[in-house]
Amino acid sequence: MPQRDAMERARDFEEVNKGYCFAHAMFEAERCLRCQDPVCMEGCPVRIPIADFVHAIAAGDLPRAASILRTANPLPAICGRVCPQESQCELKCHMAKRFGPVAVGHLERFVADWERSQPVGEPPPSPWQSARVAVVGSGPAGLVCAGQLARQGYPVTVYEALHAPGGVLRYGIPEFRLPNAILDWEIEALKRLGVEFVNNVVIGKTITLDDLFDRHGFAAVFIGTGAGLPKFLGIPGENLNGVYSANEFLTRINLMQAFQFPEADTPLKVGKRVAVIGSGNTAMDAVRSARRLGAEQALVVYRRSEAEMTARIEEYHHAIEEGVEFHWLTNPVEVIGDDDGWVTGLKCLQMELGEPDESGRARPVPIDGSEFELPVDNVVLSIGTTPNPLLAKTTPGLATHPWGGLVVDENKGETSRRRVYAGGDAVTGAATVILAAGAGKSAAEAIHQDLSAGI
Amino acid sequence: MAVIREKRDLTPITKMLRVEAPLIAESAKAGQFVIVRVRERGERIPLTITDYDRDRGLVTIVVQEVGVTTRCLGALREGEEILDIVGPLGEPPQLEAGGHVIGVGGGYGAAALLCLMRERKELGDRTTIIVGARQKDLLILVDELRAVCDRLELCTDDGSAGFKGLVTERLRQLIDGDSPQRPNRVLAIGPMPMMRAVADTTRGTGIATQASLDPLMIDGTGMCGGCRVTIGGEVKFACVDGPFFDAHLVDFDEAVQRSKMYVKEEALATCRQSEAVQADAR
Repeated sequence: MPQRDAMERARDFEEVNKGYCFAHAMFEAERCLRCQDPVCMEGCPVRIPIADFVHAIAAGDLPRAASILRTANPLPAICGRVCPQESQCELKCHMAKRFGPVAVGHLERFVADWERSQPVGEPPPSPWQSARVAVVGSGPAGLVCAGQLARQGYPVTVYEALHAPGGVLRYGIPEFRLPNAILDWEIEALKRLGVEFVNNVVIGKTITLDDLFDRHGFAAVFIGTGAGLPKFLGIPGENLNGVYSANEFLTRINLMQAFQFPEADTPLKVGKRVAVIGSGNTAMDAVRSARRLGAEQALVVYRRSEAEMTARIEEYHHAIEEGVEFHWLTNPVEVIGDDDGWVTGLKCLQMELGEPDESGRARPVPIDGSEFELPVDNVVLSIGTTPNPLLAKTTPGLATHPWGGLVVDENKGETSRRRVYAGGDAVTGAATVILAAGAGKSAAEAIHQDLSAGI
Repeated sequence: MAVIREKRDLTPITKMLRVEAPLIAESAKAGQFVIVRVRERGERIPLTITDYDRDRGLVTIVVQEVGVTTRCLGALREGEEILDIVGPLGEPPQLEAGGHVIGVGGGYGAAALLCLMRERKELGDRTTIIVGARQKDLLILVDELRAVCDRLELCTDDGSAGFKGLVTERLRQLIDGDSPQRPNRVLAIGPMPMMRAVADTTRGTGIATQASLDPLMIDGTGMCGGCRVTIGGEVKFACVDGPFFDAHLVDFDEAVQRSKMYVKEEALATCRQSEAVQADAR
């Protein structure tokens, strides 16, 4: 995949990858071995007929490739960019064993980007079903559920708590990885299908879930509220000035455009040395954003080793190219501050790997007397998120697991409340865009079945 | 979008806006807040709901023009729109009904006592409101406040109205010894130093005291954690766990420190805004 020069791109928020040209895409698609049994599909959480769309590209038939893709995955331009392909489809690819795998993600992105450049078709008929459906949350699960229901003729209203739709795709993932223009295009496409978007409404606060049925006349509700509650470590000094959750750090940048301060009104403090704690995609997004905002030293601090890192491999490589430093087996134990309450350092312990823990990964154990201090101006915590309890707290009878996830029926995605369905991170805890999209899609099918059967 | 239906200047820099927001008005409870964004690329700021009118679908907010966003908001006229408004957010204060409650308000925080104290009175509480300002003409909503409580106490630094001195000095007189005015609960809304002083005044008296914290926040739904405050050694999010907390347990040192996080940026942005306004005038 052609990409922008690392030193040039590490100073702005423009997209890193440039995308394939047609010839490059054809060439990549031709690398497919046309296996009798295309195992790549088994690696895909939503079972995209990968071989079929790749062969359509090889045949130069982009409209067909686009139609195959979009039928199976309603968010191809997004998933092509953010899916961890190396642990899904590309892991299964037979080419992967001796050569590189067919770059399924890059091809998916290519087809979706081509589709976006095409003229918009005839507007579809207006909704023909009488039952109205409300979707709570406009992240990947909600967008896909809304789209699938709209295609079945349902009038759908999507409620979003923030002032712009997209959920984590808007506030979480930076533009250098997922440009807003792509998200905007997907949302416009849904609006053309008749989906109504209502921003600035917090279901559970502005309108209760019960009122969606009783007073607003919805026949079914899909909850796709994600996992937006940031975890903190609970170590001393976490409330010092200059310490952020990754959610806050990235929201200030992505949603509030703090990188344009003072042209944009929301500020962000980024010092010369920024430590990001964690090793997932969010940590990579945060540390690379810090670099782009002028941090001379942008560090990742992670208590396990490189092998246990959970980020997409491409993001890790991009981070290294952009000059991010990695401190593996480093466990932060305290944030140090000055008399005015500002961060000056991060006290850490050096770790070594021990026996496997309950997650099956080698447990990091501290090395005696290894305590040391990293001098830093900011600490960004990216150690995970849990489902937001706000809706469950205000909705009688909506059952949750002790860790906060909504309890759903496995087949239908129906919650403990009748005609209330849920999917995505709100059910699984923090996972991937593609899993959320898949959950939104199957919930839409269940909603359609239940509503049309009058169950 | 929310249309401003009424606007009233309370002081030269304090504006009261009645805003059309029927969904918020319908579900608002006294003590909750909204988050507003005034312009494209604007920031999100929390503002206390000072009153609501369910029948007309109106929500009242009071804004003191101290920074870029509050100035933009204060400059809007009747008929103009607030770009984004979301709420009601946060929880109303947890106070048992019955007995005597004193609401202490400082500066524009006094406005927040309007619907809070009216509600306390409706619940059967005996209600006293103490509000203070530097001088008489900076006291806001005096008639409205008087109408919603049993007794209104005014305090001014220069003695130009009511008691000469701080609200906490008057509060101390009312709680001291066997004053017949001694409350069993106190609610404090205003600038951080005032709320802290109220907490210190009632500490050790057995008078349950709640303060309404307004730290920096972005989403207001628990997502960013920017509004975290330490309450009795425990970290809480003011947006979803608050904004009301037991004032005696609040770590005010930390809260004050965190409120100063963007002082430099705020000064820079305010300066730029003033220059732009002056350039426009030329």
